[in-house]
Amino acid sequence: MQPLERLVESDRVHRTVYTDQAIFDREMENIWEKTWVYCGHETQIKRPGDFYAVQIGRQPMIMVRGTDQKIRVLYNRCPHRGVQLCGSRQGNTGSTFVCSYHAWTFHLDGRVKGIPLPHGYDGTRMNAQNPDCSMKAAARVDSYRGFVFASLCAEGPELIEFLGDAKIAFDDMCDRSPVGEVEIVPICHRVMQHSNWKFFMENQLDALHPSVTHQSTGIAAGRAERAIKAQGETPPLYYHYLSTFASSFDQWDSVQTVNFPRGHGILKGYMGLRPNDPDTQEYVAAMYKAHGEQKAEEYLGRSIHHVLIYPYLSVQSPLQQLRCLRPAAPNKTMSEIWHFRLKGVSDAIYRRALWYFNLVNSPATMINADDLENWTKGQWGLESTGSDWVSFHRNHGGDTVEGDVIYSKNGTSEAVMRSQFKAWVEYMRP
Amino acid sequence: MSNSPPAPKPRTVLEARLLDEVIIFENQEAKSTGAQSLAPDHVPRQPQSGRPLPKQSILEPGTHSAFLQQRVEQLLFRQSELLDGKHWAAYIDLFEDDGIYWMPVAPEQTEWLDSPSIFAEDKRMMQIRMGRVTHPNAWSQAPNWGTSHVVGNVVIETASESEITVRSRFHMIELRRDNLRHFAGTYRHTLKVHGDAFKIALQRVDLLNAQAPFDYVLQIWV
Repeated sequence: MQPLERLVESDRVHRTVYTDQAIFDREMENIWEKTWVYCGHETQIKRPGDFYAVQIGRQPMIMVRGTDQKIRVLYNRCPHRGVQLCGSRQGNTGSTFVCSYHAWTFHLDGRVKGIPLPHGYDGTRMNAQNPDCSMKAAARVDSYRGFVFASLCAEGPELIEFLGDAKIAFDDMCDRSPVGEVEIVPICHRVMQHSNWKFFMENQLDALHPSVTHQSTGIAAGRAERAIKAQGETPPLYYHYLSTFASSFDQWDSVQTVNFPRGHGILKGYMGLRPNDPDTQEYVAAMYKAHGEQKAEEYLGRSIHHVLIYPYLSVQSPLQQLRCLRPAAPNKTMSEIWHFRLKGVSDAIYRRALWYFNLVNSPATMINADDLENWTKGQWGLESTGSDWVSFHRNHGGDTVEGDVIYSKNGTSEAVMRSQFKAWVEYMRP
Repeated sequence: MSNSPPAPKPRTVLEARLLDEVIIFENQEAKSTGAQSLAPDHVPRQPQSGRPLPKQSILEPGTHSAFLQQRVEQLLFRQSELLDGKHWAAYIDLFEDDGIYWMPVAPEQTEWLDSPSIFAEDKRMMQIRMGRVTHPNAWSQAPNWGTSHVVGNVVIETASESEITVRSRFHMIELRRDNLRHFAGTYRHTLKVHGDAFKIALQRVDLLNAQAPFDYVLQIWV
């Protein structure tokens, strides 16, 4: 691996940061297996024994609710011979994990419960008092507003410090409920990206690409929208989810990005998600009643399209969905796509967010179909030696810095990528 | 054999060891250990979750029934050919004006509007999808792309003068760029009878691998 200063310059990066196996391995070690990684939402595992398999870097883990109701994150590995204790992605394991190989059993907190013919270990150093006989736990587990994170490293910033201002992702999502909470919709779409994880993270705040990449869908949806209007009807809001993608370059350039330390960031809102129909009026009234007019207006007035929690999470808070990356190889990234339901809102309000989940985030998405094609071709392009550099020069030197936050004057500024690589270099230092 | 000759005396320690055989018989008295001692207190596995037996065909042997079966099958075959031939407009025309194409995520789902779906499209949304894939800048359509469907196991579940419900199985192979992907599952069509013709009121598609990772997305109806 080349020295970091030869890989990342202020306005360009070396192509190998997307393609090199040694760099990927270092990312797993220095980033994913050290920092806080999103595991899931606490409503995913409601009862004791409920578990969900989670990949943290290269480590297969289990998020499980204990008999004490506490959520723990354990290595999915029997300490005896290494066999995975949970063979399914999710389920309920009762009060015990049982190894399918030699029947070692474990409490839900990972402590060893039983070893068959335990006298076989008499006089050895492998006995029930030895912590090596129990399942290993993630060094740290914490949650913010119901969203559970784990860190495999005992040292480092607390979760709240890691999230920083990007914690607004979860505030914005939950605050939109009259009771301030969300519940998981128990469906997880998984789509494999044949590209480095950075393509997705950069793309999320890249306001220059939508009207190019998604023009076919945007134009088709805009045509349908106009046809409905011509008949004197009001097109459903969800048509607009698709048609805005075909907005002009100038329009996109007016959508600001906010870039926080640690690579986190916000793409500000542009879809106008607050129509004035009876369903919305009823919802706003419930919000006023629950939070008071002033707070409710603050919650409903936040201009956010989505929030990035670097390096793996894109949270579309106003529509209660998120996408989480689990990198598998330099050119292979699994994305997990989740949807949440605001507690205490009508079916009509839920349905509004659901349309976005179905149209944009489902495996039949009319949007990501073209993103994935770009990222695949991007990966192939960077694997070639045609040139060594990836350009992030757009508006270089032209952004507003306030404290440690960078506001792009232009929505299409590549400030986003420059900010992400600044964080990347910090993580990757030996 | 009763007159088997006596075993020769072992010459080595190994041979002696190998003569020492323990045979495990069932012993009701023995204390159960290991896995047998663990009362399974976790959830039973699929398919014990109460999934009902599939409905049997309502058709009785006879000319009339065979004719209905044939007509319904012809519609399903036609549909496959329209999809594989990329005749999108003709495919959409198979639907009623308020017809729905629905691919739920899980077989337990019963309601298309309020549950997460892979596809949940009325005819207008289908027009948008068609508009997308036929646009010259639908970038993902630039590489080789095509499908081949086979439909079979056609079972008519109910039939009245106005409506027919029919269940079938499909296999679909998709070519994209240089790679093949395989999709399989169950169709359930609700057909409206218009004289000699049928129109699709609802096409429900339960994909076997609906919750498995998708290597790419689905660009068009399966």
